[in-house]
Amino acid sequence: MATAAPPGPARTGGARGLFAALEVDARLLGMIVAFGAICLAFQIWTGVRLSGPGFDPMGWLTGGTFLTPRNLFNLSIQTVSVAIMATGMVFVIVMRHIDLSVGALLATCSAIMAMMQTSVLVQGLGLPLGDPLLAPLAILTGLVAGTLIGALHGWLIGYLTIPAFIVTLGGLLVWRNVAWHLTGGQTIGPLDGTFQLFGGTNGTIGEFWSWIVGGLGVLGAWWALWSARRDRIRHDFAVKPIWAELTIALLAAGAILGFVAILNAYQIPALRLRRMFEARGEAMPPGYTEGFGLPVSVLVLLVVAVAMTLVARRTRFGRYIFAAGGNPEAAELSGINTRLLTVKVFALMGFLCALSAVVASARQTFHSNDIGTLDELRVIAAAVIGGTALSGGLGTIYGAILGALVMQSLQSGMAMVNVDAPYQNIVVGLVLVVAVWIDIVYRKRMGLRR
Amino acid sequence: MTDTRVPLVEMRDMQKSFGGIKAVDHVSIDLYPGEVVGVLGHNGAGKSVLMKMLSGAIPRDGGEIWINGARAEINTPRDARRYHLETIYQTLALADNLDAASNLFLGRELVTPLGFVDDSTMEAEARKIMARLNPNFRRFSEPVSALSGGQRQSVAIARAVYFNARILIMDEPTAALGPYETQMVMDLINELRRTGIGIFLIDHDIHQVKLMCDRAHVMKNGQLVGTVRVAEVTEDDLLGMIIAGKMPAHLAG
Ligand SMILES: Nc1ncnc2c1ncn2[C@@H]1O[C@H](COP(=O)(O)OP(=O)(O)OP(=O)(O)O)[C@@H](O)[C@H]1O
Ligand SMILES: [Mg+2]
Repeated sequence: MATAAPPGPARTGGARGLFAALEVDARLLGMIVAFGAICLAFQIWTGVRLSGPGFDPMGWLTGGTFLTPRNLFNLSIQTVSVAIMATGMVFVIVMRHIDLSVGALLATCSAIMAMMQTSVLVQGLGLPLGDPLLAPLAILTGLVAGTLIGALHGWLIGYLTIPAFIVTLGGLLVWRNVAWHLTGGQTIGPLDGTFQLFGGTNGTIGEFWSWIVGGLGVLGAWWALWSARRDRIRHDFAVKPIWAELTIALLAAGAILGFVAILNAYQIPALRLRRMFEARGEAMPPGYTEGFGLPVSVLVLLVVAVAMTLVARRTRFGRYIFAAGGNPEAAELSGINTRLLTVKVFALMGFLCALSAVVASARQTFHSNDIGTLDELRVIAAAVIGGTALSGGLGTIYGAILGALVMQSLQSGMAMVNVDAPYQNIVVGLVLVVAVWIDIVYRKRMGLRR
Repeated sequence: MTDTRVPLVEMRDMQKSFGGIKAVDHVSIDLYPGEVVGVLGHNGAGKSVLMKMLSGAIPRDGGEIWINGARAEINTPRDARRYHLETIYQTLALADNLDAASNLFLGRELVTPLGFVDDSTMEAEARKIMARLNPNFRRFSEPVSALSGGQRQSVAIARAVYFNARILIMDEPTAALGPYETQMVMDLINELRRTGIGIFLIDHDIHQVKLMCDRAHVMKNGQLVGTVRVAEVTEDDLLGMIIAGKMPAHLAG
């Protein structure tokens, strides 16, 4: 039995056979193609707007401003907040629940952290403004608060069996306005300098460390591929042909290092560089340039992505989430405590909302009342566009992150070509519906269960 | 009965009602080591509910469960596992979105030293046990929703057998199986019986019951009609008990 080979490339020719041999997820491929198409479309569109009259496709392609290091850098930091929450939403939806309160919960966590670092710790504990302890203490408080509020939601849903839709709809109203109450409706800022490192341009790790992170990422990806293959060989299972493994290893390395290269190519403005040198008491050498590199917030997202993928695929907790989503009764009969599982899943969602709150408020350098407004819809849309089935039991972490990226690129692109915000929303709404429809058609074609 | 051994399982005066319906109405039955005991009855007689109370899947309204002569507290499926009691549910209780190995080990995953689930070892174990039960089974990497009814049933049987049960509840285990696979399961039951396991077998096929079982408990409308040694009754006697709810004349009174 162990030698029963899957249908190999020998039997099916062409591109289909190639992808079958690589065992690449068709959905992953579809999302990458969609993202590529969006990038290309806006690159040309912005190119057309900038170039003069006349038909010049090559000029449009090279003259566009969408596929520039600057814009891709901004796109990545704009995606982080929604993407972090979307990974948690995958678990929530896989368990056949929903969370409508994530944007409001983000606001409450943001308010708590802003209050901590600007007044509670300063006046209460007597820490001076700018103290290096302010940011960690504020963040810790926010994460604990988010986790506890999420756990409360989970308890109401799991143990009191109130539908998640109702609990989190109530939560949306409650936490949005708890945030307002905590701050007296005021904008709070500027936030602590260390805290702001999580925001994007204010906190990047520079070119050198970006290459180090990229290199580690490549090694990690290769190790994962290699150990999976070694495992299968150890048990005499069929494995992919070696050329397929190598192709995937190269593609992964190319993607990771390409991403680092793009972020490194975005140059820190000269004025800002000079100020950085002055702050260190040095003179800037003439002609000196330096790239931003990986933003800390993107690093946070990468860590979340890897951790959540591990949880989903390689831990009991993740396995139980999927089992309970696929068949709650079977999960119960297998001895899984699905109520406690619900509490844990919502607590994790709350934790991720708080983490997003760090990134979101640091990015705007202050806490505002409207922070995270409508994020619940973006987060749910990202998860669903990424292939999470509302009927439960199906969903991937990378899908949700790509979903967030696709939506953000649409929105940013439209903003760049001056589409008014109301029209942007109309387009995003349509895309959500069409994406799910395509998914349904695809599943039917493949004979998969919906 | 005249058996002087300690019963492996004894259920005393079990009761369960759903609203006004008395699904199980003061039923007492037992099971000895190495014995296959049929639990028979028409549709809705209360067989599954009785067995689910034993496996901790539904709470009982009244009654006691004794295992090896000691009072057993079985209130959840987890409790049942502590008594090495495994169940093949009529509904199979599989998570459709997971593959065969994940279902086989659901709730009892094998983990690596780092605490991560060890999918390849679980798949290897699943292949071993399935080779015994259903050698034609090949689809280990697909979710069980993609499997046929009989293949799904094989997975459910494998799950109950894998963990060295001492008490096995089989609720219509061969309902979806073809003749060859049914024979494999019958052989398996005989093999398990020789190792001293006690098996409750719910089955509507009277012929099969005559072949496999040592004794049979017959239920009707939630009540126990009676318990008979299968060798002492004919198939018609059993049918009479199931349909009319009457003990055979030569045993009655
Ligand atoms: N969860 C439930 N809620 C309400 N009523 C139930 C429930 N489970 C079973 N019943 C009722 O209890 C009675 C006994 O059901 P049970 O499933 O034990 O029948 P059965 O003997 O296993 O029948 P079958 O041969 O059809 O499987 C039926 O009247 C059924 O409708
Ligand atoms: Mg039944």
